[in-house]
Amino acid sequence: MQFMLLFSRQGKLRLQKWYVPLSDKEKKKITRELVQTVLARKPKMCSFLEWRDMKIVYKRYASLYFCCAIENQDNELITLEIIHRYVELLDKYFGSVCELDIIFNFEKAYFILDEFLLGGEAQETSKKNVLKAIEQADLLQENIDFQMRLFAGVMLPNMVSESSGLFQN
Amino acid sequence: MSDVVEKTLTALPSLLSLDSQPGSTKLSSTSKLGTLIRGITELTSKHEEEKLIQRELVSIKEQVSSPNTSMRQMKELMVRAIYCEMLGYEASFSYIHAIKLAQQGTALEKRVGYLAVSLFLNESHELLLLLVNTVLKDLQSTNLIEVCMALTVVSQMFPKDMIPAILPLVEEKLNHPKEIIRRKAVLALYKFYLIAPNQVQHIHNKFRKALCDKDPGVMTASLHIYLQMIEENPEGYKDLAASFVTILKQVVGGKLPMDFNYHSVPAPWLQIQLLRILSLLGKNDPSTSEIMYEVLDESLRRAEINHNITYAILYECVKCIYTIDPKSDLLEKAAKCIGNFVLSPKINLKYLGLKALTYVVQQDPKLALQHQMTIIECLDHPDLIIKRETLEILFRITNAQNVTVIVDKMLEFLRINKDDYTTIDLVGKVAELAEKYAPDNEWFIETMSTVFSVGGDLMQPDIPNSFLKLLSEGFDSVEEDRKLRLFAVDSYVSLLQGEPGKLPQRFLQVISWVLGEYSFLREELEAATVLRLLAKLLDMKNTSSETKSWVLMAMTKLCERGAGVSVAQEVSETYSSSLDTVLRQRAQELQHLSRHSELRARVLPRDAGLEPLEVDSSLSFLDGFVSEALAAGAAPYKPPHQRQEELAQAKALSLEPYGLSLPISMSSCSIADRQSPTLLSISSGLSGESPDLSHKGGSSTLKLDGVKRLWGREGYLAQREPVEESARVEVPSPLRSPSQQGEADSSHSQTPIPTPEPEQEKQQLASSLFVGLSSQSSVCLMGKSEPTPQRFRRKAKSPGSSSSASEKTSNSLVSTPSTVDNLMCNNLLDSNITSELVVSSLEQTSQLSQGLAAANGTCDAELTDSDVKGSSPSLCGDNAVAAADPAPHEDPCKDLLLTSHLPAELSGLSHSEITPLCSNQSLDLSASHVQKEDSLVLVVFIYNSSDSDIQQILLELDSEEIEVSCVCDSAVQEASSHSVAVCQYSLTVKTPSVHVEVVGTVSYQFPAGTPQSLQFSYKLPLTCFIRPLTVSTEEYGTMWLDFSHDTKQNLTLISDGQEPLAATLNVLKKKLQLHVVEIIGMEGIVACRLLQDQPCLMHCRLNAGTLAVWLRSPVPALPDCLMYHCQRALQEH
Repeated sequence: MQFMLLFSRQGKLRLQKWYVPLSDKEKKKITRELVQTVLARKPKMCSFLEWRDMKIVYKRYASLYFCCAIENQDNELITLEIIHRYVELLDKYFGSVCELDIIFNFEKAYFILDEFLLGGEAQETSKKNVLKAIEQADLLQENIDFQMRLFAGVMLPNMVSESSGLFQN
Repeated sequence: MSDVVEKTLTALPSLLSLDSQPGSTKLSSTSKLGTLIRGITELTSKHEEEKLIQRELVSIKEQVSSPNTSMRQMKELMVRAIYCEMLGYEASFSYIHAIKLAQQGTALEKRVGYLAVSLFLNESHELLLLLVNTVLKDLQSTNLIEVCMALTVVSQMFPKDMIPAILPLVEEKLNHPKEIIRRKAVLALYKFYLIAPNQVQHIHNKFRKALCDKDPGVMTASLHIYLQMIEENPEGYKDLAASFVTILKQVVGGKLPMDFNYHSVPAPWLQIQLLRILSLLGKNDPSTSEIMYEVLDESLRRAEINHNITYAILYECVKCIYTIDPKSDLLEKAAKCIGNFVLSPKINLKYLGLKALTYVVQQDPKLALQHQMTIIECLDHPDLIIKRETLEILFRITNAQNVTVIVDKMLEFLRINKDDYTTIDLVGKVAELAEKYAPDNEWFIETMSTVFSVGGDLMQPDIPNSFLKLLSEGFDSVEEDRKLRLFAVDSYVSLLQGEPGKLPQRFLQVISWVLGEYSFLREELEAATVLRLLAKLLDMKNTSSETKSWVLMAMTKLCERGAGVSVAQEVSETYSSSLDTVLRQRAQELQHLSRHSELRARVLPRDAGLEPLEVDSSLSFLDGFVSEALAAGAAPYKPPHQRQEELAQAKALSLEPYGLSLPISMSSCSIADRQSPTLLSISSGLSGESPDLSHKGGSSTLKLDGVKRLWGREGYLAQREPVEESARVEVPSPLRSPSQQGEADSSHSQTPIPTPEPEQEKQQLASSLFVGLSSQSSVCLMGKSEPTPQRFRRKAKSPGSSSSASEKTSNSLVSTPSTVDNLMCNNLLDSNITSELVVSSLEQTSQLSQGLAAANGTCDAELTDSDVKGSSPSLCGDNAVAAADPAPHEDPCKDLLLTSHLPAELSGLSHSEITPLCSNQSLDLSASHVQKEDSLVLVVFIYNSSDSDIQQILLELDSEEIEVSCVCDSAVQEASSHSVAVCQYSLTVKTPSVHVEVVGTVSYQFPAGTPQSLQFSYKLPLTCFIRPLTVSTEEYGTMWLDFSHDTKQNLTLISDGQEPLAATLNVLKKKLQLHVVEIIGMEGIVACRLLQDQPCLMHCRLNAGTLAVWLRSPVPALPDCLMYHCQRALQEH
């Protein structure tokens, strides 16, 4: 995979991950043109595009477009499923994910992506394992946050149960 | 906002901010990022957004550089900086802070730091070097999450030069108890393999271990590496095919844990990866393909659920089945699958079906016939992507009968297409088809006109080039040539009479050339008319100056006949004062030649495109002029390089970049070398008046028929030497088309009609599209098709010369066996001759082994001498040999025997252990390398263990990293029964890598048998190519500054009770053969060279208990590799 972009129906970029070294200028140019091209396509059209010298696979989930550029010999359908699996992971993590979750927690979305795809290749395809890895890292964070909250005296009652839920995984 | 509030807020970021638990959208909206995001959504204009973000960036910048900002705050700032960058605003000031955060933060801050680094920087960014130490530290951390983070960032980006620094640590992680760490380590190595394959060569066996990992995730990750390696060298991994098949069988059979299921399909990613690997391994290899058939069949059968993921697997299966050695029943099933795809109502599947069809249609055109109605429907599909793919199929099934329809469809598409990349590609395809299958002149010219107008200035320049070449070269019949050119003239004249302003520049250039060259063919057409039309082009606003010079050139050719002269004069007047020197030059030529019709006729003879040009490369016709000039006091001519040298001497500073401009200024008005209006500006500058260069610059120098020679008989003449022109061989190009004209008629009637209610129109289209693709023809389509009569036969250079040449060489290598016997005896008698030392029998050599037993591995010249005469028939295995046992080999007797076969002049030198390479029932191959002072010699021992003589032994060695050359006439041809033949090769390193590998094949033949072959590989460390380099400290100093490639690393010190620096350097000196130049206090300088003479310098300094080593060399990768060996040497100590 060469890169993955998430953008909204209005063409706003929500996430970008580049697996090939490109200059910022090239990245911006590709992003701008690709977003335009994809947004111009009608809903019933093919999810695959031969665009420039790249192969693009995109899919729309609600108001958000997920768009991947892949190598010529790569399998388009499986890429579509990579997108889908990523959405599943986000959904599981955020609990019925919406665009706002990704806007406000984009760094979380990046962390999940990094656990799922590494260097442009599917790293771990088992949903359980990906989430486990993420949660373990979050756990570290939770513990510190937990102390912080105690210290500040604004501990919310429902948080204990949620953070303890993470342990069981 | 007051300071107090600001501080309170930042002190409690986690309370409000986003980094709490899942589903925390509400909480985060009150964070600073939330405020920013909400602020942006409330804005109405882009301008306001820019202002807001700039303000935000200023505030971030202020805070990140403040010393009071805690890492926790820094983390939050980084998130905001990432957000701003995503919106397209630069926040480069934060890059260094991202690295700092990754370095200094606690685990969770680190995580954001690493993320920011991976988003901000790319792998060539210089700041990334600062991350190396952090990564090193985290890789050694006991905290799993930190190790994970380090591995994650490493597998996304890492500076290539720094890989050796962390490689041992990453390697170590392959044995980590946690599978997630192992998996990430494998992916990190995959990344290293991609960016610097030679760095990870030595750990190929570890990849195998990863492949056998008990965790499916680790195993899957290792497949990425294998896919890559197999793509590069399928031959090297054939032995793994069976394992991959077994894995796939287990996966398909549902043996993996349920976790790996995706929509109840077992590990689809893994399956697809395996299928891709199998198709690479099975390609052109029937025996490997054989073992795959069963599992492929199984995969096809299992994938039955109607879900995208099963289609993905099916698609990969189909591709695999069509790639590997074909098996009929599998092909049938695959074809059925493709049918399902093509007929699917789902557009994505349809697209993939078409793609699969494109892939297989050349092997199996029947399939295209089966789906012809679908193909035709897809041709009118509203989605251009589908349409495009359909055209791709049609392109592959084009033949002489359907070419007009198909090209029509393609041009139709081109007119509505807006994507430049597609246009360029498709225009090229149309031009190719038109040239190959054009039914008549009119069609050809018209099609090419459309190509030129649609393709415009985007298309590949070789399209107009080859078109003009075709036109000027002509083909078999003179009359046909004339007609074609005439038609071109006619159609171009009418184009110019229309609206030439709309035509692209390239097309106008083609038009002017054709009119200039051939408009005389149309007798009723007056030259003046054409001249006026051309002059009109010059007046158009958007005509480029390049086109103008083409036009002027054409006018020069045309202005012969009376009436045109006035037009020409007028034009030349206008342009002789042009600012563009090329145009001015053309205008001058036009002016002069239009006045002197005799001169013009000589300079630009009509229709002379085909005549070979005579070139007076010595410029002898200028002799008179030169002697006159010399007599008048001019300085004698000096070639440019001489002028350059003198200039360099004259001035203290030689500024090379400006060097070239000097001759240009002197020769820019020269009349030499202007075969092309487009090339003039470059070539005249380079060639000037120098005779040696004008020779290279292209054909004749003074015949001013410019354009013509650019598009001469050879097409693009500029780069060719005129001598070649006469020696051309005309060979019809091999045809790629699957068509078969002979069967055209029959196929017409055989076209099946599958649709129940075919619309008349579509049916018609179908029959015109699929004509010539009969089912009968498919048989020979699998192999090579016979050449179709082609209208425009290309005159190509003789193909296949390379294959015949290689045959020749291999023949020459295999010499007649009869001479070998003599050679052998001679060599035995004269141990000084280093050629093939073939000892004919065991008996002869066994005595030597006795003697050698004492010498234990090293034999000296004396013994070899005695061996020649001594032929006492004692057998191997007697007491003397038994005493010599300590050699580690299973067969000490053999080893010693082999040692005795070391060529005499090598015998005194130290040689490596003799390692067995490969063996079968008749041959045993072993090798050893001998380090000579100035070379490394690889000695291969071929032991014939069979009872009969082996003939025609041919040993071929090859390697990517090193150059292998046979030591003079040591090529062995024959080994008699139970004897040893020896080959010597001298090795030099081409591209340094930690280990170098020689891959070889030995082919041989029994007197009455078929040829057989054995493969082997031999690996040796780079260290055996390293020799000490004796230099003085001063020499060292100057060399140090010259070398550009370097690497630095801290190595462990060795202190054997003595001074640590000296002790460590001594170890290195002993183990790696380095030369210690000098030791001054805490520093030491060391030098060595890589054979033959590629120096590498080393600077060591004691630094806080470690040895800071800095290596420099002019050879890339050499410092890295040497560093690796230094590290190894010290570790082993």
